[in-house]
Amino acid sequence: MDNLRYEAADTLAHAAQLIAAESGDVRVLAGGTDVLVQMHSDMIEPDLIVDIKNIPEVRTIQQEDGGWRFGAAVPGLELMDHADFCAAWPGVMDGVKLIGSVQIRGRASVGGNLCNASPAADSVPPMIAASAMATVFGPNGSREVPVQDIAVGPGKTSLEKGEIVVSFSLPPRPAHSGDAYLRFTPRTEMDIAVVGVAVNLTLDDAGICTAARVVLGAVAARALLVQEAADALIGTSVDDAAIENMIQEVRAACRPIDDKRGTIEFRTKVAGVLAERATKIALERARGA
Amino acid sequence: MKKVHISTTINGDEVDFLCEPTQTLLDVLRDELHMTGTKEGCGTGDCGACSVTLDGTLVCSCLVLGAEVGDKSIETIEGMAQGEELHPLQQKFIDHVALQCGICTPGLLVASKKLLERNPDPSEEEIRYWLAGNLCRCTGYQKIVEAVADAAQEMRSA
Repeated sequence: MDNLRYEAADTLAHAAQLIAAESGDVRVLAGGTDVLVQMHSDMIEPDLIVDIKNIPEVRTIQQEDGGWRFGAAVPGLELMDHADFCAAWPGVMDGVKLIGSVQIRGRASVGGNLCNASPAADSVPPMIAASAMATVFGPNGSREVPVQDIAVGPGKTSLEKGEIVVSFSLPPRPAHSGDAYLRFTPRTEMDIAVVGVAVNLTLDDAGICTAARVVLGAVAARALLVQEAADALIGTSVDDAAIENMIQEVRAACRPIDDKRGTIEFRTKVAGVLAERATKIALERARGA
Repeated sequence: MKKVHISTTINGDEVDFLCEPTQTLLDVLRDELHMTGTKEGCGTGDCGACSVTLDGTLVCSCLVLGAEVGDKSIETIEGMAQGEELHPLQQKFIDHVALQCGICTPGLLVASKKLLERNPDPSEEEIRYWLAGNLCRCTGYQKIVEAVADAAQEMRSA
């Protein structure tokens, strides 16, 4: 790091070129709330920092094909200040609002939260529940990747060298859809999830669940999309019996670590509790939408 | 290490400085520009003592690189008082004795000022949530919250 260089890229092609030309360790800088901490605690020793914040595609929030697209480096605060996006995806925003403090959210982005690849990242479970796709740009051009396939383990992503997450697309929402994210933390603010659960539901006109996604955070090495838990809700009116079945599937899917912040037993128990509560919030939102 | 030349605006003044790519905005403010009102607490974005605004957004200056701030507008605690005239928040912090050791105070003032710009009439809950990223180990926060609420009231009636 003694020879660290800082470069700000203006375009995606420029960023890719800068990264490709560097033989040493390269870090992509968006909000910097993880990269700078890791750099100054000597966890990483990059030779080159490529700042992508000035690239228009990574900073834009827009409606697209009936859904939404937002840049990977859009700070959480900009999403929070975007009333239409907040109304469209309240569960995604449940996660974004829980990240850090006001100061952190002024810089930190959903793209950074994803690429930092913490299993406890708060915006990742609701983005997976939303079926969000990441647009990834790299030396071989662009590709679309489901968000659940980006982070593969603590601090590890599936991105190839030189690849950057540019933006996220969220699909159009059918009528009667709702999503929610809840986490457990010892403090209400400025804390890291011990367990997080995101639920995204769609109901038909009769109130029967036609689509569901249930995603768990901080109970495995990466966020878990639990199909069995979703299947327990689909085809039901999301009544108490269906929710009880869903809770069992959620707990069965948990494979958490045991540490000072939560034992395996505690995390598994709480995952079920949060799954029930998040489902009820998502249900209420779906009925109102 | 090759130094980076940056031109930017701090508290309305045009400023030029040279910094190393590893230096944070906090390092630049304190060590290069000798503006020591902004404090370092944790250096990891947890305590808020280094709060400044960057193009109007409240940030931790320890989590911003000096090299990133070219052609931006930065506001620090040094820009808060108008000459000898204290900002209402500063006066209310004194009136309510909302500080003891004072290390957190510049960050709390900068953060509170931003809150009142966005929300001139915050509830106690809104004040507490907004200031959750500013740690104070002396006061227990009660007097800080009271000072901010009192300043808000005075600024609304001004």
